[in-house]
Amino acid sequence: MEGRKIIAVWLRYTRPMRRLDPIRWQCFPRLHGVAVIVALLAMGLLSACGEVWNDPYPQAERGGNVLYSAFSERPKHLDPAQAYASDEYEFISQIYEPPLQYHYLKRPYTLIPASAAKLPQPIYLDAQGRVLPDSAPASQIAFTDYDIHIQPGIRYAPHPAFARDAAGKPRYLALSAADMRGRYRLSDFPEIGTRELEAADFINQIKRLAHPRIHSPILGHMAEIIVGLKELAAQLAAEDKALQAARPPGVSTPAYLDLQRYPLAGAQVIDRHHFRLRIKGKYPQFLYWLAMPFFAPVPPEADRFYAQPGMAERNLSLDWYPVGTGPYALTENDPNARMVLSRNPHFRGEPYPAEGEAGDAAAGLLADVGQRAPFIDRVVYTREKEGIPYWNKFLQGYYDQSAIASDNFDNAVRIGAEGEASLSPDMEQRGMRLRTSVATSSFYLAFNWLDAQLGGQGDAAQRERARKLRQAISIAIDFEESISIFANGRGIAAQGPIPPGIFGFRDGLEGMNPLVYERVQDAPRRKSIDQAQRLMQEAGYPQGRDASTGQPLVLALDTVQRGPGDKARLDWYRKQFQKLGIQLDIRATDWNRFQEKIRRGNTQMFFLGWNADYPDPENFLFLFYGPNAVARSDGENKSNYSNAEFDRLFEQMKNMDNGPQRQALIDRMVALLREDAPWVWGFHPKDYSLYHAWLSNIKPNHMARNGLKYYRLDAPLRERQRAAWNQPQPWVLLGGLLLLLLAIAPAVLAWRRRERHSASGASANANANANANANANANANANVINDDSAGGKS
Amino acid sequence: MSHYLLRRLFYAVLILIGVNLITFVLFFKVNTPDDMARMQLGAKRVTPAAIAKWKADRGYDQPLVWNSERQGSEQLTQTIFFQKSVEMFRFEFGRADDGRDIAREISQRMWPSLALALPVFLIGMLVHISFALLMAFFRGSYLDVGGVVLCVAMMSVSGLFYIIGGQYLVAKVWSLVPISGYAPGMDALRFLWLPVLVGVIGGIGSGTRWYRTIFIEEVSKDYVRTARAKGLSELVVFYRHILRNAMIPILTGAVVALPMLFMGSLITESFFGIPGLGSYTIEAIQAQDFGVVRAMVFIGSLLYIVGLILTDVSYTLVDPRVRFE
Repeated sequence: MEGRKIIAVWLRYTRPMRRLDPIRWQCFPRLHGVAVIVALLAMGLLSACGEVWNDPYPQAERGGNVLYSAFSERPKHLDPAQAYASDEYEFISQIYEPPLQYHYLKRPYTLIPASAAKLPQPIYLDAQGRVLPDSAPASQIAFTDYDIHIQPGIRYAPHPAFARDAAGKPRYLALSAADMRGRYRLSDFPEIGTRELEAADFINQIKRLAHPRIHSPILGHMAEIIVGLKELAAQLAAEDKALQAARPPGVSTPAYLDLQRYPLAGAQVIDRHHFRLRIKGKYPQFLYWLAMPFFAPVPPEADRFYAQPGMAERNLSLDWYPVGTGPYALTENDPNARMVLSRNPHFRGEPYPAEGEAGDAAAGLLADVGQRAPFIDRVVYTREKEGIPYWNKFLQGYYDQSAIASDNFDNAVRIGAEGEASLSPDMEQRGMRLRTSVATSSFYLAFNWLDAQLGGQGDAAQRERARKLRQAISIAIDFEESISIFANGRGIAAQGPIPPGIFGFRDGLEGMNPLVYERVQDAPRRKSIDQAQRLMQEAGYPQGRDASTGQPLVLALDTVQRGPGDKARLDWYRKQFQKLGIQLDIRATDWNRFQEKIRRGNTQMFFLGWNADYPDPENFLFLFYGPNAVARSDGENKSNYSNAEFDRLFEQMKNMDNGPQRQALIDRMVALLREDAPWVWGFHPKDYSLYHAWLSNIKPNHMARNGLKYYRLDAPLRERQRAAWNQPQPWVLLGGLLLLLLAIAPAVLAWRRRERHSASGASANANANANANANANANANANVINDDSAGGKS
Repeated sequence: MSHYLLRRLFYAVLILIGVNLITFVLFFKVNTPDDMARMQLGAKRVTPAAIAKWKADRGYDQPLVWNSERQGSEQLTQTIFFQKSVEMFRFEFGRADDGRDIAREISQRMWPSLALALPVFLIGMLVHISFALLMAFFRGSYLDVGGVVLCVAMMSVSGLFYIIGGQYLVAKVWSLVPISGYAPGMDALRFLWLPVLVGVIGGIGSGTRWYRTIFIEEVSKDYVRTARAKGLSELVVFYRHILRNAMIPILTGAVVALPMLFMGSLITESFFGIPGLGSYTIEAIQAQDFGVVRAMVFIGSLLYIVGLILTDVSYTLVDPRVRFE
């Protein structure tokens, strides 16, 4: 009823307007004004039709050869001596060029030269420095030399550290406090320069690993490998201490520690483009390290430039503004908002790989063979902390690629009957492409070997009970179910420590773990819970109770709880243990406490993962090597597993070249591990990535992140698609304005009616009051006159 | 009044020392300097020597509050608490654990926070007061009752819903503005429309109800009856008398909220990609960066104290009866 009244009032009110009488329009100047605004707005909106309004990037960038990506966490370090995390490598792998790199397309992962001219061959030496044949046993090899020849003509990206004045002297390497005034960014140093890469720059970077102010995470490891690095670290620490002590009061920057003054025994410049590294013993995996940014060249000028007083206070450091010889340079660094990589104008251009693995040609990955990379001019990384806006912007075409979060998985991907993944019809309609790959990572549930109940301690009978208990738990925890529930099927259940893609991994039935799986119709199937319960009985825990005491078996699982979302996962673990009648005590804690407990060996079970540093089985099997036990030596053997036989085989295997002999050793080691079950072999995650149709040459690479230089972009197609997907709907604004007017109108009308009513009522009252007062006054006057007359009379 | 202000400033120093102490105790109750080092150095291949070096470089190798290895006053001064606190009272916030200058970081991040929070605050207040006046003006009518129901409904909806719903409708379905992002200078405007709109709409429920309560309370007072008896129009009664007299509770809410504007909004900034201060403290807590945590808590409490003093001062401006004697 009220609504009808409003409409009636509205129609009555706007009747004059609907007559469109120009003379009467003038009777409604306010309405006239509103109508003009609405008309102007409508014209403005309609004239803007066809343009995209929601483009978050500057107008000038439209149609440009620019890749748009995002990052969620700001990288902690961009200094190649410090950076170790994958989000840091995302940036520095495009900026720095180590001597070696992984072939972009070939699998298994294959090393090829990057800044080096060719792959270095190891030269084995005995303790007296005599050259040994390649077939020499590892026990005889005291040192290994790697002669690295670098490609001539490689130049650094432009940087003020290289700038020189007219006399040829460095322009910015002796700055005073006055010179630093007003300079807060690298762009505040207008003069830039470059120079050719030299062998000494690689050695400078290796010395930087030992720099006491840099804190390289690999110093401890490399000090045991590179000859003289440990001694250099000690020498530099002493020098630094002296410099810190000599620092005048009030000066925050200690004096420059010039690494060129301190020789490193294991690194020698042979000539301008040739240097030699000497490592202890035989360590074939060292070549993989040479493909990591830790070994990328850093020019001493950059160190000297950033060490000047006032630089660190202004966040001007190599950790913030890197300088390298790679295809890109970091030209904008605001990790709160965006980071921009721009093509290094001095990059020599690298030919696109000519060969790959089977299927690469069909996938269009060999269309650019021989062409000079990089193909993209700029890469803009915008910080997106939340998944929802990131995904929506990807669907709008404002990001060129995206991972698939669990929330969006069902919208983006369909899993077929055979478990194969394909795009949803909506994504296919948009021309998107899906790439999947199994990561070179292993996630596992570890048993603490030092634990009396679950570990490898005590007498033979105790150890046997614990082994059977571990095996029973290994069967009971159904990781296939976990992958299905918590990861949308994105992962494969692990059969051992080595993930696919790494030498030593065996696929299919050949790689099946017979302790946990059985062969059913030529496929592995997890053993039944009955078999696990039989093991429990043999272990002395029938139905989850200690046979000797009758007490229920209670085990503790230490884990990191990140939020309420983890509750479902932890409940699922409880259910898995409940299958065996075991009561699970979950001890959720923060990351630091968790690590501390592991380090002290103060756990029973915990869940953890390991990401490959390099594609070698040694990088996974060393996680079980006894001398690496975390409680004993702060090593990476977090479960403190110890088995003399395994350790012996590991020492044999680690220095071997890949081949049948090494595979046989690995098979024996994996069999030992399966039997002992120090881990419940969890899963290897599977990565799903989506790309728009305009992005090509994409192939996931879990060992290296320097593939950006090979990406190709069809910018005109992107512009067309963006325009089609993001047509603005200006009628919403008009509709909103009209709704607002409609909402306000009845209130205004009611108010005006009330005002008119009040005004007329008030004036009527006022008149009545005035009349009443006038009458009263007249009466009063009359009385006074009467009194006067009465007085007069008296 | 100057005596009053001096007294308040003296209290402020004591409060700041107390807040600093509590922050210190709480932080180091949960974390140790070793934890901080491990968090910065990463999970892989971290050696005890690297941890010791990291702590020594940043002054975390000293005892927390009492150095028994020293003599005299150095037992107190050669501690983490003293060394870190004294610097802060000189407004020297030092460096974050990743080496970046905290003061510079704050000075850079406060502007985007203000660019978002200030319009939300001002426009929001204008809208809330207008709606509240409208409802009080038509009190008891369908507009008032419907408005209250709508306000309660809007209050019951999570703020996240407004953000996600706003992004979906305005930016994705209607394609009117970017979903998220930020640009310096005037370019920021096109990124701010949506978060400001969402911020204002999200606050309508609670804001309007709050101001409506204030206005309704004022409406029933004697001076309003007097004003009406004088024959003043309702519009004049509301805008010239009721609004002015309702300024004290409005100011109390508004001025106290000022520090919050500076500190930014965690969720809004996070969803709209605005590089403000909202997430700085949270990120620092997650990264166990004591330098940033103590600096942000210090600034937050300082601003809050300043806000309260300003509130008191503003009372004297809007109500001549208030005097600080």
